[in-house]
Amino acid sequence: MPEIIWTIIEASIKALAVVGGIQLMAALNVYLERKISAFAQNRIGPNRVGPFGTLQPFADVFKLFLKEDIVPKNADKFFHSLAPVLSLSIAIAVWAVIPFSSYVDIGDRRIYMGIAPDINVGLLFILAMTSVGVYGITLAGWSSNNKYSLLGGLRSSAQMISYELSMGLSLIGIVLITGSLSLNDIVNHQLAWDGWRWNIFLQPVGFVIFLITAFAETNRAPFDLPEAEPELVGGFNTEYSGMKFGMFFLAEYANMTTSSVLIVLFYLGGWALPVPAETLGLKDGSIALAAAHFLVFFIKVLMLLFFFIWVRWSIPRFRYDQLMNLGWKILLPISLLNVLLTALGVLYLK
Amino acid sequence: MTLSVVLFAVLSILAIASALVTITSKHPIRSAMGLVFHFFMLAGLYLTLSAQFIAALQVLVYAGAIMVLVIFVIMLLNLGDEEKLKYKVNPRQVIGIFLGAALLVMLGTIYVTNVSVAGFNKEIAANIGTAQFLGNELYTKYIFPVEAIGILLTAAIVGAIVLAKRKLN
Repeated sequence: MPEIIWTIIEASIKALAVVGGIQLMAALNVYLERKISAFAQNRIGPNRVGPFGTLQPFADVFKLFLKEDIVPKNADKFFHSLAPVLSLSIAIAVWAVIPFSSYVDIGDRRIYMGIAPDINVGLLFILAMTSVGVYGITLAGWSSNNKYSLLGGLRSSAQMISYELSMGLSLIGIVLITGSLSLNDIVNHQLAWDGWRWNIFLQPVGFVIFLITAFAETNRAPFDLPEAEPELVGGFNTEYSGMKFGMFFLAEYANMTTSSVLIVLFYLGGWALPVPAETLGLKDGSIALAAAHFLVFFIKVLMLLFFFIWVRWSIPRFRYDQLMNLGWKILLPISLLNVLLTALGVLYLK
Repeated sequence: MTLSVVLFAVLSILAIASALVTITSKHPIRSAMGLVFHFFMLAGLYLTLSAQFIAALQVLVYAGAIMVLVIFVIMLLNLGDEEKLKYKVNPRQVIGIFLGAALLVMLGTIYVTNVSVAGFNKEIAANIGTAQFLGNELYTKYIFPVEAIGILLTAAIVGAIVLAKRKLN
């Protein structure tokens, strides 16, 4: 068979695995969120469905499937249905360039763990997808023909446009240090110094900015103004019910996973093992090493997910003007300065 | 028929269809979303020409930034369906049709005569498309135009802020 057919088969299998994995991660996030919020508020949390309530998210989704799908009379039917699909599909599309472990050599084929982690515009692709991610929420707000939805949609687009800039600029520091836009290269660059040349040590300011903007881009507390209940009822998804609401829900939790994964890949060393692989007796390209890499990576992601949830249940929401001030007057100048200093550092130290 | 030909056919048909939606649709949001879809198809076409960098920027800048702003404005103004205006022949439209026809004829002649660009081959094209190559060229060979455009854009931004501030007072 020609090479192209193999490539297509390989990509399809990986894509199926990734899409399934994202849904499972979303379910895990929902469970963790409910459990951790319960602990934060001195409650028990879900404990009826399955052992320790672990099957609760599946019960939730099943319930959403059975619910009646209500479309408001004056809504724009086409865009009202399109918006949740857009939200979810863009949230999944980012994963086309995200690696989650090193590689496995099978025969003379080198299989990377990720759909296409080695393309040399990977980082730009991620930025592009986060910037079009705003369409789902904006269109949902507009097409519902409801003032609360519209305000939620407008808020979200303003917020995402404002924080995208600082996010992109904080990543420029990493691109300057690595000299590549491919996510594989970014992680491999951090594997030096026995796996401890993490970008968080080289780019502490960039890390803080990226962390804050990641919260803003995923619309999570303290930046969850698009769905601020006291002011906007439910925000952009006020008029959504059933599985259409479920898709927004899934997209939000998928985005949370994606943000955690990106922070790990960009700043926290990706799948770098704490000790060199040779001391563990693992060979390059072996399945065991790839599994070890994945395990390290997954633990880091879980810790970040916990951090996301922890922040949401500890910190109150920003006011709208505070949000804009933070984005434009504090984060943007700092990230510009960070780019300048990093460029000088790279020029004179490298 | 190779894969690239199939991809080109699908992408270009969808691009033309979404462009038609953009100019024929009466509703401003539908037009804008048609244009967004068109930009995605254009990005796909750039990819078939191995111009990955331009493809990513096409989505990032046009679909992700400019069109979000356009949709933002349409939503703020809460525009409804376009009202039917009385149709008048506009000299600009006539000139536009002629220029469009001229472009079509030019492209047609290139296709028919099958001009080949000297020294062009697939490997060079794939190399030109990368971010590294473009960055190198822009910041060495074309540094003056890049800086000039930068100053021009900064001036435009400052001007926009000054105008907006004056209106407020």
